Amino acid sequence: MTQSALRITAFVSAVILGQLPAYAQDATPEETPAIGAQSTPVAQGASKAAHMSDPVKELTADHSKFDQLKGPFASGSEVTEACLSCHTEASNQVMHSVHWTWEYQNEATGQTLGKAHEMNAFCGNVASNEVRCTSCHTGYGWTDVREPMPDDPTKVDCLVCHDKSGQYTKQDNLAGEPPLDPVAAGAKTITGAAAWPVDLAEAAQSVGAPPGRDNCGNCHFYGGGGDNVKHGDLSSALFNPPRDVDVHMSPDGQNFTCETCHVSDKHVFEGSRYETDVIDPHPDRMAGTAHDAAACQSCHTDSPHEGPNPLIAAKLNDHTDTVACQTCHIPSFARGGVATKTVWDWSTAGKLDENGKPITEEGFTQSDGKHLHTYMSKKGDFEWGENVTPYYAWSNGEMTFTLPEEEIDPTQVVEINKIGGTPGQPDSRIFPFKRMVGTQAYDVQRNVLAYNNVYGPGNGTALWSYYDWEKSLKAGMDYAGVEYSGEFDFVHTYMYWPITHMVAPADDALQCESCHAQGGRMADLAGIYVPGSEINLGGKLGLAMFLMALLGALGHGALRLINRCKKNGGHHG
Amino acid sequence: MAEHCVKVYSRFNRLWHWSQVGSIMLLFFTGARLLGLHPILPFGAAVLIHTVVALALLLLWAFATFWLFTTGGYKQFIPRMQGMWEVSRFYAYGVFKGEEHPYVKSYERRHNPLQAAAYFALKMMLFPAIWISGLAYLSYGFWDHLDGGSFWLEIIANFHVLAAFAIASFVVVHVYLLTIGHGFRQHVRPMVSGYEKVDLTPEAEAYFRQQGRVLD
Repeated sequence: MTQSALRITAFVSAVILGQLPAYAQDATPEETPAIGAQSTPVAQGASKAAHMSDPVKELTADHSKFDQLKGPFASGSEVTEACLSCHTEASNQVMHSVHWTWEYQNEATGQTLGKAHEMNAFCGNVASNEVRCTSCHTGYGWTDVREPMPDDPTKVDCLVCHDKSGQYTKQDNLAGEPPLDPVAAGAKTITGAAAWPVDLAEAAQSVGAPPGRDNCGNCHFYGGGGDNVKHGDLSSALFNPPRDVDVHMSPDGQNFTCETCHVSDKHVFEGSRYETDVIDPHPDRMAGTAHDAAACQSCHTDSPHEGPNPLIAAKLNDHTDTVACQTCHIPSFARGGVATKTVWDWSTAGKLDENGKPITEEGFTQSDGKHLHTYMSKKGDFEWGENVTPYYAWSNGEMTFTLPEEEIDPTQVVEINKIGGTPGQPDSRIFPFKRMVGTQAYDVQRNVLAYNNVYGPGNGTALWSYYDWEKSLKAGMDYAGVEYSGEFDFVHTYMYWPITHMVAPADDALQCESCHAQGGRMADLAGIYVPGSEINLGGKLGLAMFLMALLGALGHGALRLINRCKKNGGHHG
Repeated sequence: MAEHCVKVYSRFNRLWHWSQVGSIMLLFFTGARLLGLHPILPFGAAVLIHTVVALALLLLWAFATFWLFTTGGYKQFIPRMQGMWEVSRFYAYGVFKGEEHPYVKSYERRHNPLQAAAYFALKMMLFPAIWISGLAYLSYGFWDHLDGGSFWLEIIANFHVLAAFAIASFVVVHVYLLTIGHGFRQHVRPMVSGYEKVDLTPEAEAYFRQQGRVLD
């Protein structure tokens, strides 16, 4: 209630503010009558206001009526300028969000995280690859992540989140700029589609308040360079999912948008893969009250199971202080027909055919028949998976990263991020993850992960253009400004991605047997006793005792029989 | 003293025995499912049946305990050493030689000393072990927040399963011993009909006759 009230207030204010300059321009001296001076200008100021005969709109402002948004616009920044003429504080709010800074201060671990700082198991690092990576930045023109984005409100991309025309997009190599007329030959959008010239005026006039799932999804569903590559539980299947793929987002289910759970305040969104809400931070609040946490319990409480059988429900509720909701209710990820990348081996990248041309192989067929790359000279070997069983770990939501320049042990699998949490502690739950298996370059002398320069046509070093690891790593390390021995090899890595989307209908949740069975899903998990997962010591001793009793009785009986026969035999004799 | 066919097992006594048999068998079956010894029944259904039957059995035990103490029936189960050697010797040796069972049942003492000791151990040790560990297991949700909750759960689970197998072993021996002497049917019949041959003093015989509890 408070949220929507604030929103309405904001819009009313925006409308009033928007009308003031128009009123000032319209009220020329000729048109100002001497009598009734107050009433007429107000009427003129409201000349665009809808009347009772008009259809009632969802929002209090119809942006297609604003002169500021008529265009023409030569760039995204010009649209933002027009937005700022009314929404004076909007850019400043955005510039204080992780969407803008790509920087996250984890107070608990003291680490500075965020895309601008950390490394991942996909394309490795943003530094030196900016214009490609920052194509999904919520701003325009971030060409050097070694420096923060400049404090320039007009560089905020309002449209990427608020466009409702459906034709606004960002080109995949312009540091966040949209493709404009004339579009370069072969240009692609951030979703990998052939780019089209965006009509900025149409987009500007279409804007609406809460971002729709396509606004979020056009970046977040395509992380890591393609549909569902990165997360595993965020794919284009969620634009219009059937109920069994996502019970919350399906039009046949709750028809949620992303923002229904990821509530926002001053353009900052709740929910984080650095510090995930595995428990509800506000357990004292009643279910269904306004929440500021993207936790299941915010709506469902921590005893959500009810009938039909109260005993079963009570037993299931017994689990909620140990097992996260997601663990049972997301039985597998990458559902809905879009595979996720599960293994990425960079060490094989760079091979060329006999003509010196790059090689591609498409060895994986997705359930919709689409062929996916399993080898590319640019990127190495991949594996893909659909309906993937998650990796389970105790988690308190706290991720600690292996940051650049942190010493690694190359004889072990390097965990790009380590999952925090303690078995059995009140702040921890057994939580599902996508465990990304990687093979990544590192500096053999210094034992640090290596920055790679993969993107940069014409720069002479980019791996994706020149297929030469030596040059790519040297360029990446130099660009990042860190020492590089020049000697590299590849190390196995794991990277963990919390699985929390694609919640299945209750009927599809895991069954007791999924874990309570020998070789069940919790088999490798320490710190938890799962009844039924093994014949325990008591069971083994007990079985031995039982068998001895059985054998004892049988032996005793057999001896009696033998003696009876002897006796009978004696009689006959 | 002469042997007479007297009603020794009252209706409640028989109901107690046979519903105990039924529920313990169900508990064995569902418990074995939960332990992973067989796949019949879904896990959730096994939990449900195991829980409901166990609670019902506990209720029955509460009634039975009350009944044993109000009727003085508990005295049947008090262990004693008198005759222990003879009975032990019989099972270990005499039974193979075709000897007669050395114990003669009386109305006050249906059980031979070995039997009484076994029942005493069952009631005083195994049954409490199974129901105390069972209730602790069942109420896990109320105490799992304690330090080392999962560790204690594992201890309790092991203890519960061990106690269950001890009871199962008792059942094996209990049923086997019914085959000794006058035979299985002869031994089971009293617990069905209620009547058994016991030695009666003339006074007792007169008393039971008056009550209509003597068959012959």
